[in-house]
Formats: sequence, structure tokens, C-alpha cells
Amino acid sequence: MTPTLHIKDLHVAVEGKPILKGLSLSVNKGEIHAIMGPNGSGKSTLANALMGNPKYEITSGQVLFHGEDISEWAADERGRKGLFLAFQYPTAIPGVSVANFLRMALQARRKAAGDEKPLPPKEFRKLMKEKMALLRVDDSFAGRYINDGFSGGEKKRAEILQMAMLRPEIAVLDETDSGLDIDALRIVSEGVNALAGPDLGVLLITHYQRILNYIKPQFVHVLVDGRIVKSGGSELAHELEAHGYDGIREASAA
Amino acid sequence: MSDQQPQQPVLDIREGYKEKFGFHDDIAPVYKSRKGLDPEVVSTISEMKKEPAWMREFRLKSLEHFERKPMPTWGGRLSDIDFQDIYYYLKPVDEQGRTWEDVPADIKRTFDKLGIPEAEQKFLSGVGAQYDSETVYHKIKESLSAQGVIFLDTGSALEQHPDLFREHFGTVIPPSDNKFAALNSATWSGGSFIYVPKGVKVELPLQAYFRINAQNMGQFERTLIIVDEGAFVHYVEGCTAPIYATDSLHAAVVEIVVKKGGRCRYTTIQNWSNNVYNLVTKRAMAHEDATMEWVDANLGSKLTMKYPSVYMVGRGAHAEILSIAFAGKGQHQDAGAKVVHAAPDTTSNVMSKSISKDGGRAGYRGLVKVTKGSGGCKSTVKCDALILDEDSRSDTYPYMEIEEDMVSIGHEATVSKIGDEQLFYLMSRGIPEDEAAAMVVSGFIEPITKELPMEYAVEMNRLIQLQMEGSVG
Ligand SMILES: Nc1ncnc2c1ncn2[C@@H]1O[C@H](COP(=O)(O)OP(=O)(O)O)[C@@H](O)[C@H]1O
Repeated sequence: MTPTLHIKDLHVAVEGKPILKGLSLSVNKGEIHAIMGPNGSGKSTLANALMGNPKYEITSGQVLFHGEDISEWAADERGRKGLFLAFQYPTAIPGVSVANFLRMALQARRKAAGDEKPLPPKEFRKLMKEKMALLRVDDSFAGRYINDGFSGGEKKRAEILQMAMLRPEIAVLDETDSGLDIDALRIVSEGVNALAGPDLGVLLITHYQRILNYIKPQFVHVLVDGRIVKSGGSELAHELEAHGYDGIREASAA
Repeated sequence: MSDQQPQQPVLDIREGYKEKFGFHDDIAPVYKSRKGLDPEVVSTISEMKKEPAWMREFRLKSLEHFERKPMPTWGGRLSDIDFQDIYYYLKPVDEQGRTWEDVPADIKRTFDKLGIPEAEQKFLSGVGAQYDSETVYHKIKESLSAQGVIFLDTGSALEQHPDLFREHFGTVIPPSDNKFAALNSATWSGGSFIYVPKGVKVELPLQAYFRINAQNMGQFERTLIIVDEGAFVHYVEGCTAPIYATDSLHAAVVEIVVKKGGRCRYTTIQNWSNNVYNLVTKRAMAHEDATMEWVDANLGSKLTMKYPSVYMVGRGAHAEILSIAFAGKGQHQDAGAKVVHAAPDTTSNVMSKSISKDGGRAGYRGLVKVTKGSGGCKSTVKCDALILDEDSRSDTYPYMEIEEDMVSIGHEATVSKIGDEQLFYLMSRGIPEDEAAAMVVSGFIEPITKELPMEYAVEMNRLIQLQMEGSVG
């Protein structure tokens, strides 16, 4: 079976500096994968390269989505096809409301799926309301400008709200747990869990084990210096918790 | 440092403009003055309009002012204008229409394409439509005329309300004010005349649309608005023109008087083709506790020099000037604002948003003046510039003349670029690059578009999208 997302021997450079040095991984719909790694190991680089940030140059290897090589695609094409990135540092767009933005984004995604007609305004509002309730943000959220003056927690909730609206097939969550207090972490995790299921594959990128108390991955991978050095089940996360990255590094070097 | 912009071909720019606005009609005008300007041409205009002698004298005197006054050396590049290569008066039809059916089919089709009759039905109190030099259609809702509201083309107002007209005409902007005000005063034709009686509030906007059709045309409409005590009106103007390889000239004069406790809002969506020089003088007198609001959006033209101003001459008067200037390839928008606090406790708020792209140049030029004896004044000025690429330019020229101590003056300016992160963020959600850029721009001007009636806000964002199409690469 063709994996939904298939990363093959991926090498990525940032400003000419090699960061990812041959990373391979498959993620299918219905699966939750966690990638854990120390600072500077290349986690955000992976997230950005997958989404098509032009600053991150794929020097060799491939990213296949449903078997199609998307490594040369612009970010918007990837987004419309069903790839999603929950950003570590979401960008503010002053003057553009969350609702307007989501209306445009949803329309673009529906169009790509062959549905030319935008969602009728009434249905759109209903959908917004439903998803905002899921993330426990109040109605005024829709009218606020994207990420403009949002608290750290609001930003992360807004990311998952977008994910809920756009219903991607593969969602990459880049350190979604960073900067969240326990309550916010719980709300965001519950949001992700509510969306997880047979139609969604999740690639959860994190430095800390903490979020894995809320979102349970079937697969855990350890990223060190641009390569996956170890893969396993959820027990690997606990091993990391106990021994730290150094323990893994030594073990894998041996 | 050179102020000179390289000459750019105008035919290949603003591609999207061509289809929607840049078309022209092949019509035979009823009358067309010969090219160029002299006392004979000016007298003929006056004769054709069957004006009283005082107006002809006014025009001829104004022509002398125009000829005497030197070209401004600041602002933008004006030296390419050839005043003798322009038609100063072009009368498209014999008579103004009272219904759209009276308007010749070709011309009506143009206004249909521009959506004017439809807008009139939906959300306006009245409409005037000017085509080259003359108004071809003018109408106000009967309920408003019954309340004494006057909305006429300016020539008809001179005929029908001579006293009211003469009392105010040329009092806010005398012909000697500047070279282009003098030119307008000599050659004026068309424009709107509005009078709103005491206490009457005109709920829906009155709109005028100015269309240039002929090549090498000069359009010199003249607008005079009088808002009596405690009254309110919102006037909206839009404009477009065909794309020609040669230049046209638009030099309007707009005079506004807002009496005690009255309020006037004047909204402009300027969308000329890129071969039009747009050199307009707009000024309002705000009396005691009156409010004057200019909402001024400039997206089109080759060069715009326009600085809507408010003279606050009565205690407690308030001025609001919100402007957008968008300069694309080959365009220079020298826009701005002027507030003169000539009475105590007057307040003003100026907000300017400029956008430049593809080598365009957009700027803010503004004056805040407080005269001696005008204590307790407050003024805030905020100018934000968004520059879309390395080739484009933004300038800010804030001037202040403060002759009083007990005042509060604030000025703030920012310059920003569209961030790569912003584009990547929006694109990651499936939005194509040019739409993403248009979104950032729409967001940037949102503090101003949110002041527009919904229909115009939608139009504004559509125009921004048009400006942005295929631009990023
Ligand atoms: N935009 C960037 N510009 C320059 N260097 C970068 C950029 N992003 C990442 N790097 C470099 O790439 C390496 C890996 O960073 P990153 O992918 O952010 O790791 P992690 O997310 O695991 O902390 C680091 O050395 C970092 O300095």
C-alpha cells in the first residue's frame, strides 16, 4: 500500500548549511507518530521542509504524498492537497479576521477537491461555531485578526482550530506544546484527539515528553543531528524520559 | 538625489484593469472644443453653458491666474504635461437624462458595466454620472428633494439656485490658490452641487461617478457641498478611464462648507487608468462643532497630487482624514492631508496608509497647522507605509506649523514590508501567493476600509486584488 506521506532519504539545507541528513519516514492516515529530538536536531527544519517553506532547500531525497513527489510544490499546493502544519510560531496578519481567512482557505481547499462552490455562509458559520466550541474559544475569536495580539495559548488553539476547519489528511504539529500551561495543553490536546481518526495522520514534533501524556502516539522516532536514530512504540518516549537524549545517542552510536 | 521617475510604457500595466474599466466607447460628441487653452476657448465654454456674465469674468480671471502661476516643483513630475495638447471641453450629449433610458445606449452601457444604475437601486440616495465634460444623468430620491435637499450637477445649480451658488462658490478655494485650482476655475464643467438644509440627515450616500472616455481629455469637474446646521450627508465619488497611450488630465476642485454642528463625509475611490494626471484640490471649512471627514482612496492614475484639507474655523470643530494610496508600476501617488486648527478646542485625526509595488512610489505629504489663539487643540497623525518589493518607494513629508502652546500634537509613522513568513503562513493554508499578498494588503488598509459602507469595502478589496494579480513572483 502506498503510504499517505512518505519521506525518502530527505536532505535539507538552510542557507547552504545541511540540517537534515537522510531522513526517512512513512505516515499513514489513522496513525499518530511522534518525532522527538533535542534542540537543534532539525525538528522545525523537517516541519518547514514538509510544508514547502522556500527558505528550506531540499538538496536530495523526496517527499511523496499519495505516491506523488511534492518536493517541488509550492506551499499553497501542498496545503490544498491536504497537508497541514500547525506552526510553532504562528505569524500575525493584522487586519485579516480569523473568519475571513478561514473562509478563503476553506474555499481554496474545496476548489482543489473539485467543489467550485464556496460553502454557503450559514453553513460556514455553523461549522466555525462548532469548531470554536471544540477548542473552547468564544465567538469573538472569529472576528479577531489572525494571531494579532493573541496569547501563546490562543495562538496554538487557533492553529488547531484551522486544522479542524480544513480537515487535512496529514497534520504536522511543530512543538504545539511549547509555551502552553497545563490547562491550555489539555484543551489543545483534546482538540487534536477529537480530530484524530481513520482520516487523519498526525506527525507530532516535540522536544518534551509532556504532550505525550495527552496525545498517544503509536510510533515514536528519535531525531538526532538530522537523522532518525531510533524508532519504536510509545515505550520509547518513556525511555527517553528516563535516560534523556544522551542515553539514546550513546546507544545508537554504539 | 533625483525625483525623476523613468518614463514607462503605460499599455502593459494593470492588465486586469483593461477589461473591467479600461475600455472606451466610439461616440461622436455633440461638441468638442479645439485642442489647447486660451481666452477664446474659455469664453466658448461659458457661452455654450449660457452662463451669467460674472461667471465668464470669473473664468477669464482664473485663466490669467493659471497662466501666471508657475508649475509646482514639488510633489511629482509635472513637466511632461502639454497643456496645448488637451481638449478642455467635450460635450457628449445634448441633454442630461432624467432617467437612464434618456441616456444614449453606448454611454448607458458603459455605466451599466461600471454597475452604477444597479448601485443606485440598491443603496444610494441619488446618483450623478459624468461623461467627459458633462453630466449625462442626475437624480435624487424624491423624498429627499421634498425635504429641501438639492443634488444637481454644478452647472444646473448655477442656473437654478444662483444666490445660494454665488454665496459659496470659490469662497473655500479661490482661483488663486494654486495653478490647478486656477485651471479648474477657468475651465470647470460638471461636478456635483449639494445643499442639505438645517437638521436634515441624508441616510444613504449620494454618489457621483466620473468617467473620462475621450483621448487627450481634460476633465475639470467642480463640486460644491453645503451642509447646513446640524445636517448630515455622505457623498461618494468614483472614477475610471480607458487606457490610452497619451495622457489625460483630471483637475477637480471640491469645496465644502459644514455649518454649526453639521457633519459631512466625503469618500473617494480614485481608480483612473495609468495615463491620467490627477491633480485635485479638496478643501472643507468646518464651523463650530462641525465634523468633516475625508475618506480618500487612490489606486489609479499616473500621478496623483491630492491633499484633502479641513480648515477648522469654529470652536470644537473636528476633522477626520483617512487616506489610502496604492502605487503600482509607473504610478506615483503623492497623497496626504492638511488640517488647519484655526479655532480653539478643535480636534483632528489623520490616518494614511500607503502601498507601493513594482517600482511604484507612494507617499504621504501632510500639514498640521495651529494658528495663534487656538488653544486646546488636539491632533494625531499616523502614517503607515507598506512596501512590496525592493524597486518600490515610499516617502513621508510631515510638516507642522504650531503657533500655540496649549495643544497636543501626535505624529507616528511606520514602514513595513510583506514578510516572507506571512506569505508562507497564508499559503500553507492553501491560499495562492498573489491572493495571500492581496490579503496582507487588505489587512493593512482594513482600519480604513472598515469605515466604508459595506458595498464599497467589498469593491475596495476587489480593486486591491486586481492591483495585486500576478504581481508576486
Ligand atoms: N531559518 C533558519 N535560518 C538559519 N538557520 C536555521 C534556520 N532554521 C534552522 N536553522 C538551523 O538549523 C539547525 C536545526 O534547527 P531546527 O530545525 O530549528 O531544530 P529544532 O527544531 O530541532 O530545534 C540549527 O542549527 C538552526 O540554527
